[in-house]
Amino acid sequence: MLRKLRESKSFQGTLLVTPTLIFMVGLLIIPLILTAIISFGQRSSDGGVIYTFTLENYTRLVGFSTSCDNGAASCFDPLYVNILWRSLVLAFQTTILVILLAYPLSYFIARAPAKRRNTFLFMVLVPLWTNFVIRVYAWMMILRTQGVLNGVLGAIANALNIPFAPLEMLYTPGAVLVGMVYEFLPFMILPIFTSLEKIDNSLYEAAADLGANTFRTFFRVTLPLSMPGVVAGTILVFIPVMGTFIVSDILGGRQVILVGNLIQRQFLDARDPTFGSAASLVLMVMTLVVTYFYTRKFGLGEEIIIA
Amino acid sequence: MSDFAVELRDVVKTFQTPEGGSVNAVDHVDMGIRHGEFFSMLGSSGCGKTTSLRMVAGFEWPTVGEVYIEDHPQGHRPPFQRPVNTVFQNYALFQHMTVAQNVAFGLEMDKTPVNEIKRRVGEALAMVKLSEMGKRSPRQLSGGQQQRIALARALVKRPKVLLLDEPLGALDLKLRKEMQLELKALQREVGITFIFVTHDQEEALTMSDRIAVMSRGKVLQVGAPVEIYERPNCKFVADFIGDTNFLDGQVSAVDQNKVTVFVPRLNNDVVGMGNGQLKPGDQVVISIRPEKIRLSEQSTLNQNCLPVRITNSAYIGSDTRLEVEANGVKLKVWEQNHISTLDPRAYHQGDQQAWVTLFPENALVLPAE
Repeated sequence: MLRKLRESKSFQGTLLVTPTLIFMVGLLIIPLILTAIISFGQRSSDGGVIYTFTLENYTRLVGFSTSCDNGAASCFDPLYVNILWRSLVLAFQTTILVILLAYPLSYFIARAPAKRRNTFLFMVLVPLWTNFVIRVYAWMMILRTQGVLNGVLGAIANALNIPFAPLEMLYTPGAVLVGMVYEFLPFMILPIFTSLEKIDNSLYEAAADLGANTFRTFFRVTLPLSMPGVVAGTILVFIPVMGTFIVSDILGGRQVILVGNLIQRQFLDARDPTFGSAASLVLMVMTLVVTYFYTRKFGLGEEIIIA
Repeated sequence: MSDFAVELRDVVKTFQTPEGGSVNAVDHVDMGIRHGEFFSMLGSSGCGKTTSLRMVAGFEWPTVGEVYIEDHPQGHRPPFQRPVNTVFQNYALFQHMTVAQNVAFGLEMDKTPVNEIKRRVGEALAMVKLSEMGKRSPRQLSGGQQQRIALARALVKRPKVLLLDEPLGALDLKLRKEMQLELKALQREVGITFIFVTHDQEEALTMSDRIAVMSRGKVLQVGAPVEIYERPNCKFVADFIGDTNFLDGQVSAVDQNKVTVFVPRLNNDVVGMGNGQLKPGDQVVISIRPEKIRLSEQSTLNQNCLPVRITNSAYIGSDTRLEVEANGVKLKVWEQNHISTLDPRAYHQGDQQAWVTLFPENALVLPAE
């Protein structure tokens, strides 16, 4: 046995992969298959699953409704389509804002003297030491009607003698967007930083030497060479934002419901695992489709993920 | 208009050290590089050669003094406004572009018309014999080919001066020798002034019209390869370029260029060539190259003839390299093997008595440091 372990590369490989393989099959593949099966089932009256084959859950998701106000047998109810669309738009907005915020900062850190770079990266990572939920609650303290932001704005308005009514910021799509951007910023900064740091200084010098000013050097050399970082960051941000429900739950309340919230409520409140499973699969497919077209255009950012 | 394509006038470049001090990487350098010449800056690492080059390119600005290109003071002008181009040590090719796009980059920055870019990129690639490679990625090319692309990318802009920062350093020996000759031929062909930075003295001697030998931020000597080798102006240059023997002594008599030096370790006078500024009593060092010492069985009756014992002998094919001892002083002597024979008596062996002659015209008297 030991001798075989020493001599056989393929045996070593199998041994190294096995724990993860068991984990992935047991906790990803099998649950995924179960979810697919359940999504075609029917809810029983006590919140269980009747295993059958029906597309009811999916038709409900895309707006086919049988409980209509006007008494018709069926009608279009945009409730769930709206939720899906809202989630998609919010994920796009978050990703774009995060890129716009993370890129200049990453650039600054990457070009800072080596000694300071670690300090800056450390500062980027410090928020991650606190629990995700606690950080979202902190935003609640900042944004609510009697919160920090309104307090500061009120004090300024008072000093300038401008009439001021506290802004209703909490429980708006804007609040959810701010929370998402804040939560996911580090996941964009790190890969972009990694890709920028890898660009040899002599490439900037070569561009300048060949006649490119700072602006053109950025668009012709810096940006293309750091695209793998942007792509990797986008994957790390877009996919979780599509599915997360905590930020929208705390900062969006009942006003901003995303797919994540929908799924959570189907399982916990409405006790309809079949509809929840269908929504989960639709979310997964939507995310995969967007990611597929994105990576087809810009590559997988694999240089960064591997590094 | 002056003779010079590039001129450094009393240039100083000070860098801050991490410990909080400061160091002059370039220390009051005056240097003029003539139009169309192949000029090398030679020295070991940290001698200021690369910093000097980077100040011409515009990547660094002088702390004191001024860099002139074609008689125009450059001040704090950025690199993209200077009529010079650089070939970098690591080539610095853009990996996200094809070879042709790399070469075209500089022309695009100048807003050259597309047709002309196409034509000139083609010419540049043909010049470095890589016409077929335009569509490839630089990653797919060998080190030597990447080197040529870097050269084409810089030359396609037809700079007034081409700056080369140890461009052959990463190549293996054989390829380096080939590229040396090719680079020199290319320079003659395009007629552009080349400023070449290297730590390899043989490379500098092979390629250059003139060489500046640098050490600790200062230029010690500027001259043609033959001047640098045959008439070094100080002990450092004599030591740095090629191999040599040193004898410490004191000037006892001066007769025009002939200087008589008393060498205490030989307990003898040695006559050598001085530069006319020496006077009796000066502390000096005599430099004599190993291939310029004559070894013989009999005394040549020359005034600089000394009895020696051969202590070591190494046959290296073209030469026999000997170590001899005269009164406890070790000297290196190289004898050319100009007769083809297997007879061991034709080659000097170790542990023989012999005579060496240090011909006065081969013994250079230099100021002691």
